[in-house]
Amino acid sequence: MAQLTNTYRATGLRAAPSLRQRIDLPRRVVFGAAASMIFIVVLLLAFITWQGLQLFIKDGVSIGQILSPTWQPDSTSPNLSFGLLPFIAGTVYVTALALLISTPVSVGLALFLSEVAPGWARAIVQPALEIFVGIPSVVWGWLGITILVPFLSHTFHGGMVLSLPIAGDVFRVPGFLTGFSWLAGSLVLSIMIVPTITSVSYDAFRAVPQELRTGSLALGTTRWQTIRHLLIPSALTGVLTAIVLGMTRAAGEALAVQMVIGNSPSMPAAITQPVTTLTSQITLDMGNTVFGEPWQDALWTMSLVLLVISISSVVLVRVINKRRMGA
Amino acid sequence: MPTTATYTEPVLRRIDVTAPLVADGSAAGSDQIKIATEHVSIKYGEKVAVKDVTLTVQARSILALIGPSGSGKSTFLRCFNRMNDLIPGAKVQGQVCLDGENVTDQDVSVVELRRRVGMVFQRPNPFPMSIYENVAYGPRRRGMNGRRQLDELVETSLKRAALWDEVKDDLRRKSGLALSGGQQQRLCIARVLATEPEVILMDEPASALDPVSTLRIEELMRELREAYTIVIVTHNMQQAARVSDVTAFFTMADDRAGYLVEVGPTGRIFTRPTERLTEDYISGRFG
Amino acid sequence: MTATPSQTIGRPNGPKPSLKGKSSRGIILADRAATVVLWGTGVLVLTILGAIIVHFALAAWGVVTLNFVVSDPSETALGGVMPILWNSIYMLALTMLIAVPVGILGGIYMSEYAGENRLTNAIRFAEEAISSVPSIVVGLFGLILFVDDLHLGFTALGGALALTFFNLPLMTRLSEQALRAVPQDERSASLALGATKWQTIRHVVVPLAIPGLITGVILTAGRVFGEAAVLLFTSGIGTPPHYDFTNLDLTNPASPWSPFRPATTLSVYIWKLNSEGLGVFKNQIVDGSAAILISMVLIFNLGARFIGRVLSRRLTAA
Repeated sequence: MAQLTNTYRATGLRAAPSLRQRIDLPRRVVFGAAASMIFIVVLLLAFITWQGLQLFIKDGVSIGQILSPTWQPDSTSPNLSFGLLPFIAGTVYVTALALLISTPVSVGLALFLSEVAPGWARAIVQPALEIFVGIPSVVWGWLGITILVPFLSHTFHGGMVLSLPIAGDVFRVPGFLTGFSWLAGSLVLSIMIVPTITSVSYDAFRAVPQELRTGSLALGTTRWQTIRHLLIPSALTGVLTAIVLGMTRAAGEALAVQMVIGNSPSMPAAITQPVTTLTSQITLDMGNTVFGEPWQDALWTMSLVLLVISISSVVLVRVINKRRMGA
Repeated sequence: MPTTATYTEPVLRRIDVTAPLVADGSAAGSDQIKIATEHVSIKYGEKVAVKDVTLTVQARSILALIGPSGSGKSTFLRCFNRMNDLIPGAKVQGQVCLDGENVTDQDVSVVELRRRVGMVFQRPNPFPMSIYENVAYGPRRRGMNGRRQLDELVETSLKRAALWDEVKDDLRRKSGLALSGGQQQRLCIARVLATEPEVILMDEPASALDPVSTLRIEELMRELREAYTIVIVTHNMQQAARVSDVTAFFTMADDRAGYLVEVGPTGRIFTRPTERLTEDYISGRFG
Repeated sequence: MTATPSQTIGRPNGPKPSLKGKSSRGIILADRAATVVLWGTGVLVLTILGAIIVHFALAAWGVVTLNFVVSDPSETALGGVMPILWNSIYMLALTMLIAVPVGILGGIYMSEYAGENRLTNAIRFAEEAISSVPSIVVGLFGLILFVDDLHLGFTALGGALALTFFNLPLMTRLSEQALRAVPQDERSASLALGATKWQTIRHVVVPLAIPGLITGVILTAGRVFGEAAVLLFTSGIGTPPHYDFTNLDLTNPASPWSPFRPATTLSVYIWKLNSEGLGVFKNQIVDGSAAILISMVLIFNLGARFIGRVLSRRLTAA
């Protein structure tokens, strides 16, 4: 405390200007540190946008061509085409299937942790989830290659067919060739996004006041009825936020997906077949192209698409949460 | 009702509790016994919260549980609908009989029990949904889906809770959370009524409300008494004196366990208590 | 359920079903089933994590030896990961050197100074935006900035800066949370004694928040250590040469201590071996490297918990 009184030597109640400046200096420093994130975002948006637009500005590629399914970026190719549709579709399909698999498990896990698990079980599962978050994406990819891909190709080599007596084959999926596939990518992603969806949904469930649970149970409802008809509706915006964040993470994940999806630059055909995504194509081609050539410019355009997806999801989360505040 | 034989005997021993009610005509029209507890003790882990309480509640009457904080009134109230089950480590010993059936038995369905014994809490806890959905919540959960049936039940319940006229115009649009505190509490009462209970437990239902809302709730309780058995926990002695037929006074023993000191017709408890402790508490010398 | 409500309501004396009745059997069975399923999710997660740890423990058996950890890739038949492990640690240190001060200072602003205004809102938006940008895009941003525009080439410094960009929001948010957890009374007490706001922060708030801040640092470190996509195009993917640790000239790219040299880390090395590696022992090397990564993640995680607990106990006891 001696130190405090030493620095504070102003005589009147109104501080001298020099002192006020001294008080202000730390404020400016910490503000600078926080505001550096604005600086980074602006710079990142500017650079990626500029590079991403080069394909249109410098190389004169039309928007129509971008939306075509033909990817022939090699300048020696006779019918040069920069169709990004296979990559966008691949990202959307792989992400959608991953969410489909992951959401029920993750929301269930969040409910388990917040409503069902006794203290000891929570004390085991929560740290386990944190370790999950920490496992690097290359390790997930490697596990996919060494365990999941061989498993898929051995087990479902003959393909999957769902037939009905009258309607015939309603659902026919060709067998795996190698195991590197849309399904493999989605499965790896679905595990990777479990912690994201779980932790955000968990917070949403915990935010529902305890009195509501007691109120519902006192009316003679079971725990599951309370979860299903009171907790899930009450926490819906939080759960939606969780799903959007999981989607963002899945769509942006690069290496793990690239390692297991087979990277075939054509439109996704079936969950057993190789596909490609925006991130995996960038990862594969960026190192093999020259700065300034149209092929690389197309990769920058892909990264711009990824940036647009991620910024939109941030806005979406904000809209969802604003609605919650308003309600 | 052959099962009643198991508990009528102790009731007869405490005949002073029930007899005057019928005698001075202030009690409800029925002398049927709705709830009877016998030697009920409640423990949280090692700590004894309530010790050896035996009392009975007449059908269609209001029993008030009064006493200082920590005397176990709320804990005792919660053993009637087994809300204590939700607290890890809570253990109820003795018998709590509803219409002659022991509710503490392992094979009793708490779901059935809580439908028959509804509860209103200290702080109003409407669900974050429309007024209509709040009231329809209980009936829907036991499988009532018919639109007309639900509409009728919601209306009846809101009318009985004296809330209908204030909310009938935007039942489906207005959130239960948008009501005032007093209205919210009446909504919670309507929500309980919609599950068609026989007994309503009220845990300091007016302590979070302003004086005007409090009076409305008290009036409502007098009206509900015509059809329901009500047990109320209150800190407010005037409230107990105003609304209840029978009053039970709890206090804390030296080992901090709550116990029942005395139970009797409200008029007698407030004018001629037999126990010294009760007299001290009522006259404000203690508690 | 056939009786109309007006008939049943307020008729408590009618015939009643027994409390042991079966009328609610369906919903009770549904409740039991749901409970089993929800427990199942918890068991599933633990099983997967357990299987992963066991898998790598078995895969690394006989691969991760002292020799593996201290040798160059070309030094033994199997190969070693010493320079790569060194790079991982070096990059971690360099990144944390930048990210920790900036993140904690930013956290101080967000927790102690930021009001409800547009500027704060903009900072929060930036925080959320960077967190949601794919790591590969942050890597590409580093590629334009450091490699293409500043002509630095692939450097450890460029990689560390890109990693800082990517992890600054996490570090800032964890610091903010740690500082916000300090009770308001502590601040009021200090301010009431005539201390300035900054003195209060410096001598009261930050010391009390240290357990939380350290947990934040360790959690961020765990993420930095495993990150690969950010580094592919910023610090490079080449197999490192033999490092001469006696070369302390920081400006000399040949020195392992210099930030102006390419630095392939363990995670990047795994990716590179997988996509390009042809060696006989490729699988063993990747398994070994992955096992090292996982162990580090476990150590970081358990370390954060342990240190946080010990420090907060010591602080509250004092």
